[in-house]
Amino acid sequence: MTELIYYVLLSVVLVAIGIYGLVVKRNAVRMLFALEIIANAANLNLIAFSRNLSNAQGQVFALFSIAIAAAEVAVGLGIIIIAYRLYKEIDVEEFKSMRG
Amino acid sequence: MVDPVFIGVAVLTVGSAIISLESRELIYGAIALAISMLGIAGFFLLLESPFVAMFQIAVYVGAVAVLVIFTVMLVRTQALFTTKEDKGRKSAGIVLMLIFMVSIGAIFIVSALNNHTFGNPKASAIDFTAIGQQMLTYYSPALITLALTLAGAVIGALALARREEEIEQKND
Repeated sequence: MTELIYYVLLSVVLVAIGIYGLVVKRNAVRMLFALEIIANAANLNLIAFSRNLSNAQGQVFALFSIAIAAAEVAVGLGIIIIAYRLYKEIDVEEFKSMRG
Repeated sequence: MVDPVFIGVAVLTVGSAIISLESRELIYGAIALAISMLGIAGFFLLLESPFVAMFQIAVYVGAVAVLVIFTVMLVRTQALFTTKEDKGRKSAGIVLMLIFMVSIGAIFIVSALNNHTFGNPKASAIDFTAIGQQMLTYYSPALITLALTLAGAVIGALALARREEEIEQKND
Protein backbone atom coordinates (compact mmCIF):
# COMPACT_ATOMS: atom_id res chain seq x y z
CA MET A 1 0.00 0.00 0.00
CA THR A 2 1.49 3.30 -1.08
CA GLU A 3 1.90 6.03 1.51
CA LEU A 4 -0.03 9.29 1.24
CA ILE A 5 3.11 11.37 0.72
CA TYR A 6 3.83 9.76 -2.67
CA TYR A 7 0.41 10.74 -3.98
CA VAL A 8 0.92 14.31 -2.72
CA LEU A 9 4.35 14.51 -4.38
CA LEU A 10 2.92 13.11 -7.63
CA SER A 11 0.23 15.78 -7.67
CA VAL A 12 2.89 18.45 -7.02
CA VAL A 13 4.68 17.19 -10.15
CA LEU A 14 1.43 17.28 -12.17
CA VAL A 15 0.59 20.82 -10.98
CA ALA A 16 4.13 21.94 -11.91
CA ILE A 17 3.68 20.51 -15.42
CA GLY A 18 0.34 22.31 -15.69
CA ILE A 19 1.89 25.62 -14.59
CA TYR A 20 4.66 25.15 -17.16
CA GLY A 21 2.01 24.60 -19.86
CA LEU A 22 0.05 27.69 -18.84
CA VAL A 23 3.18 29.86 -18.81
CA VAL A 24 4.84 28.64 -22.01
CA LYS A 25 2.07 27.61 -24.39
CA ARG A 26 0.19 30.23 -26.39
CA ASN A 27 -2.17 27.80 -28.09
CA ALA A 28 -5.61 28.08 -26.48
CA VAL A 29 -6.34 24.33 -26.71
CA ARG A 30 -3.02 23.47 -25.09
CA MET A 31 -3.68 25.92 -22.26
CA LEU A 32 -6.97 24.07 -21.71
CA PHE A 33 -4.99 20.79 -21.53
CA ALA A 34 -2.74 22.32 -18.87
CA LEU A 35 -5.81 23.39 -16.85
CA GLU A 36 -7.16 19.85 -17.05
CA ILE A 37 -3.88 18.43 -15.76
CA ILE A 38 -4.00 20.81 -12.75
CA ALA A 39 -7.65 19.90 -12.03
CA ASN A 40 -6.79 16.21 -12.12
CA ALA A 41 -3.89 16.67 -9.70
CA ALA A 42 -6.36 18.29 -7.28
CA ASN A 43 -8.79 15.36 -7.68
CA LEU A 44 -5.99 12.89 -7.02
CA ASN A 45 -5.22 14.67 -3.74
CA LEU A 46 -8.89 14.62 -2.72
CA ILE A 47 -9.15 10.87 -3.29
CA ALA A 48 -5.81 10.09 -1.62
CA PHE A 49 -6.74 12.02 1.54
CA SER A 50 -10.24 10.52 1.51
CA ARG A 51 -8.71 7.03 1.39
CA ASN A 52 -6.22 7.67 4.16
CA LEU A 53 -8.68 9.35 6.50
CA SER A 54 -11.44 6.86 5.56
CA ASN A 55 -13.86 9.69 4.83
CA ALA A 56 -16.48 9.54 2.05
CA GLN A 57 -16.73 13.34 1.64
CA GLY A 58 -13.45 13.48 -0.30
CA GLN A 59 -14.93 11.19 -2.95
CA VAL A 60 -18.14 13.25 -3.09
CA PHE A 61 -16.10 16.42 -3.66
CA ALA A 62 -14.02 14.68 -6.33
CA LEU A 63 -17.20 13.67 -8.19
CA PHE A 64 -18.46 17.28 -8.05
CA SER A 65 -15.08 18.55 -9.22
CA ILE A 66 -15.02 16.16 -12.21
CA ALA A 67 -18.51 17.29 -13.28
CA ILE A 68 -17.56 20.98 -12.97
CA ALA A 69 -14.40 20.35 -15.03
CA ALA A 70 -16.53 18.79 -17.79
CA ALA A 71 -18.73 21.91 -17.89
CA GLU A 72 -15.62 24.10 -17.97
CA VAL A 73 -14.18 22.19 -20.94
CA ALA A 74 -17.47 22.51 -22.86
CA VAL A 75 -17.58 26.29 -22.36
CA GLY A 76 -13.85 26.67 -23.02
CA LEU A 77 -14.04 24.80 -26.31
CA GLY A 78 -17.12 26.83 -27.32
CA ILE A 79 -15.15 30.04 -26.72
CA ILE A 80 -12.16 28.65 -28.68
CA ILE A 81 -14.41 27.76 -31.64
CA ILE A 82 -16.01 31.20 -31.75
CA ALA A 83 -12.59 32.88 -31.39
CA TYR A 84 -11.29 30.74 -34.25
CA ARG A 85 -14.25 31.82 -36.37
CA LEU A 86 -13.53 35.49 -35.65
CA TYR A 87 -9.72 35.51 -35.85
CA LYS A 88 -8.97 32.36 -37.94
CA GLU A 89 -6.36 31.56 -35.29
CA ILE A 90 -6.26 29.81 -31.91
CA ASP A 91 -3.12 31.56 -30.66
CA VAL A 92 -4.06 33.62 -27.60
CA GLU A 93 -1.68 36.43 -28.56
CA GLU A 94 -3.73 36.99 -31.71
CA PHE A 95 -6.88 37.71 -29.68
CA LYS A 96 -6.04 41.39 -29.43
CA SER A 97 -9.50 42.54 -28.42
CA MET A 98 -12.53 40.80 -27.07
CA ARG A 99 -15.02 42.68 -29.29
CA GLY A 100 -17.10 40.64 -31.70
CA MET B 1 7.30 1.25 0.59
CA VAL B 2 6.33 2.24 -2.93
CA ASP B 3 4.20 -0.15 -4.91
CA PRO B 4 5.76 -1.02 -8.32
CA VAL B 5 2.30 -0.61 -9.89
CA PHE B 6 2.21 2.93 -8.48
CA ILE B 7 5.55 3.74 -10.13
CA GLY B 8 4.38 2.34 -13.47
CA VAL B 9 1.12 4.29 -13.47
CA ALA B 10 2.95 7.44 -12.28
CA VAL B 11 5.41 7.22 -15.18
CA LEU B 12 2.50 6.71 -17.62
CA THR B 13 0.52 9.66 -16.20
CA VAL B 14 3.38 12.17 -15.97
CA GLY B 15 4.88 11.09 -19.30
CA SER B 16 1.65 11.44 -21.23
CA ALA B 17 0.91 14.76 -19.46
CA ILE B 18 4.25 16.07 -20.80
CA ILE B 19 3.55 14.62 -24.27
CA SER B 20 0.09 16.26 -24.30
CA LEU B 21 1.75 19.66 -23.88
CA GLU B 22 4.83 19.07 -26.05
CA SER B 23 3.62 16.95 -28.98
CA ARG B 24 3.93 18.67 -32.34
CA GLU B 25 0.44 17.83 -33.52
CA LEU B 26 -2.49 18.87 -31.35
CA ILE B 27 -4.46 15.71 -32.10
CA TYR B 28 -1.71 13.52 -30.59
CA GLY B 29 -1.68 15.88 -27.62
CA ALA B 30 -5.41 15.28 -27.12
CA ILE B 31 -4.90 11.50 -27.22
CA ALA B 32 -1.98 11.77 -24.76
CA LEU B 33 -4.21 13.84 -22.43
CA ALA B 34 -6.82 11.06 -22.56
CA ILE B 35 -4.12 8.51 -21.63
CA SER B 36 -3.00 10.74 -18.75
CA MET B 37 -6.60 10.92 -17.47
CA LEU B 38 -6.75 7.12 -17.75
CA GLY B 39 -3.63 6.99 -15.55
CA ILE B 40 -5.38 9.17 -12.95
CA ALA B 41 -8.33 6.74 -13.07
CA GLY B 42 -5.79 3.97 -12.44
CA PHE B 43 -4.66 5.81 -9.28
CA PHE B 44 -8.27 6.02 -8.16
CA LEU B 45 -8.50 2.24 -8.56
CA LEU B 46 -5.26 1.84 -6.57
CA LEU B 47 -6.84 4.00 -3.86
CA GLU B 48 -9.83 1.64 -3.80
CA SER B 49 -12.30 4.19 -5.15
CA PRO B 50 -13.73 2.28 -8.14
CA PHE B 51 -16.84 4.47 -8.39
CA VAL B 52 -14.84 7.67 -8.88
CA ALA B 53 -12.52 5.82 -11.27
CA MET B 54 -15.44 4.79 -13.47
CA PHE B 55 -16.82 8.34 -13.33
CA GLN B 56 -13.41 9.68 -14.33
CA ILE B 57 -13.20 7.30 -17.30
CA ALA B 58 -16.77 8.10 -18.42
CA VAL B 59 -16.40 11.89 -18.12
CA TYR B 60 -12.75 12.56 -19.00
CA VAL B 61 -11.76 9.75 -21.34
CA GLY B 62 -15.27 9.40 -22.77
CA ALA B 63 -16.70 12.90 -23.02
CA VAL B 64 -13.92 15.47 -22.66
CA ALA B 65 -11.38 13.72 -24.89
CA VAL B 66 -13.94 13.22 -27.66
CA LEU B 67 -15.02 16.87 -27.36
CA VAL B 68 -11.40 18.05 -27.60
CA ILE B 69 -10.65 15.78 -30.56
CA PHE B 70 -13.71 17.05 -32.42
CA THR B 71 -12.71 20.67 -31.76
CA VAL B 72 -9.19 19.96 -32.99
CA MET B 73 -10.64 18.47 -36.16
CA LEU B 74 -12.90 21.50 -36.68
CA VAL B 75 -10.02 23.95 -36.47
CA ARG B 76 -7.96 24.40 -39.63
CA THR B 77 -4.83 22.23 -39.53
CA GLN B 78 -2.45 25.05 -40.33
CA ALA B 79 -3.47 27.00 -37.24
CA LEU B 80 -2.41 24.06 -35.10
CA PHE B 81 1.19 24.06 -36.27
CA THR B 82 2.03 27.71 -35.65
CA THR B 83 4.09 27.61 -32.50
CA LYS B 84 5.03 31.12 -31.51
CA GLU B 85 6.88 30.40 -28.33
CA ASP B 86 10.24 32.04 -27.93
CA LYS B 87 13.16 30.26 -26.33
CA GLY B 88 13.36 32.73 -23.43
CA ARG B 89 9.80 32.09 -22.35
CA LYS B 90 10.26 28.35 -22.62
CA SER B 91 13.37 28.29 -20.41
CA ALA B 92 11.66 30.65 -17.95
CA GLY B 93 8.73 28.21 -17.84
CA ILE B 94 11.03 25.26 -17.16
CA VAL B 95 12.83 27.19 -14.39
CA LEU B 96 9.48 28.19 -12.84
CA MET B 97 8.31 24.57 -13.01
CA LEU B 98 11.48 23.30 -11.29
CA ILE B 99 11.37 25.99 -8.59
CA PHE B 100 7.71 25.17 -7.88
CA MET B 101 8.36 21.42 -7.84
CA VAL B 102 11.39 21.62 -5.53
CA SER B 103 10.02 24.19 -3.10
CA ILE B 104 6.50 22.77 -2.66
CA GLY B 105 7.89 19.21 -2.71
CA ALA B 106 10.42 20.10 0.00
CA ILE B 107 7.64 21.62 2.13
CA PHE B 108 5.62 18.41 1.88
CA ILE B 109 8.66 16.20 2.58
CA VAL B 110 9.53 18.03 5.80
CA SER B 111 5.86 18.32 6.82
CA ALA B 112 3.91 16.00 9.07
CA LEU B 113 2.58 14.18 5.99
CA ASN B 114 5.94 12.43 5.67
CA ASN B 115 6.01 10.91 9.14
CA HIS B 116 4.04 7.75 9.02
CA THR B 117 1.60 8.67 11.74
CA PHE B 118 -0.58 10.87 9.54
CA GLY B 119 -3.58 9.06 8.13
CA ASN B 120 -3.76 5.34 7.78
CA PRO B 121 -3.25 3.73 4.37
CA LYS B 122 -4.72 0.54 5.74
CA ALA B 123 -7.95 2.23 6.80
CA SER B 124 -11.05 0.42 5.62
CA ALA B 125 -12.00 1.33 2.04
CA ILE B 126 -15.07 3.51 1.57
CA ASP B 127 -18.13 1.68 0.37
CA PHE B 128 -19.74 3.45 -2.58
CA THR B 129 -23.14 3.26 -0.91
CA ALA B 130 -21.72 5.79 1.59
CA ILE B 131 -21.04 8.17 -1.32
CA GLY B 132 -24.60 7.77 -2.59
CA GLN B 133 -25.97 8.33 0.88
CA GLN B 134 -23.94 11.52 1.35
CA MET B 135 -24.95 12.82 -2.08
CA LEU B 136 -28.65 12.27 -1.61
CA THR B 137 -28.88 13.54 1.97
CA TYR B 138 -26.43 16.21 3.11
CA TYR B 139 -25.16 17.20 -0.34
CA SER B 140 -28.45 16.99 -2.24
CA PRO B 141 -28.76 20.79 -2.71
CA ALA B 142 -25.20 20.80 -4.09
CA LEU B 143 -26.06 17.90 -6.39
CA ILE B 144 -29.13 19.69 -7.78
CA THR B 145 -27.17 22.94 -8.24
CA LEU B 146 -24.42 20.97 -9.97
CA ALA B 147 -26.91 19.36 -12.36
CA LEU B 148 -28.39 22.75 -13.25
CA THR B 149 -24.90 24.26 -13.65
CA LEU B 150 -23.84 21.45 -15.97
CA ALA B 151 -27.01 21.77 -18.07
CA GLY B 152 -26.64 25.56 -18.21
CA ALA B 153 -22.97 25.35 -19.18
CA VAL B 154 -23.59 22.84 -21.97
CA ILE B 155 -26.55 24.84 -23.35
CA GLY B 156 -24.45 28.01 -23.09
CA ALA B 157 -21.58 26.34 -24.95
CA LEU B 158 -23.98 25.22 -27.70
CA ALA B 159 -25.43 28.74 -27.99
CA LEU B 160 -21.91 30.19 -28.07
CA ALA B 161 -20.63 27.92 -30.82
CA ARG B 162 -23.80 28.22 -32.94
CA ARG B 163 -23.18 29.69 -36.37
CA GLU B 164 -24.86 33.08 -36.45
CA GLU B 165 -25.81 33.46 -40.08
CA GLU B 166 -27.35 36.93 -39.74
CA ILE B 167 -24.27 38.45 -38.15
CA GLU B 168 -22.00 36.85 -40.74
CA GLN B 169 -24.16 38.20 -43.58
CA LYS B 170 -24.00 41.66 -42.01
CA ASN B 171 -20.23 41.43 -41.79
CA ASP B 172 -20.00 40.46 -45.45
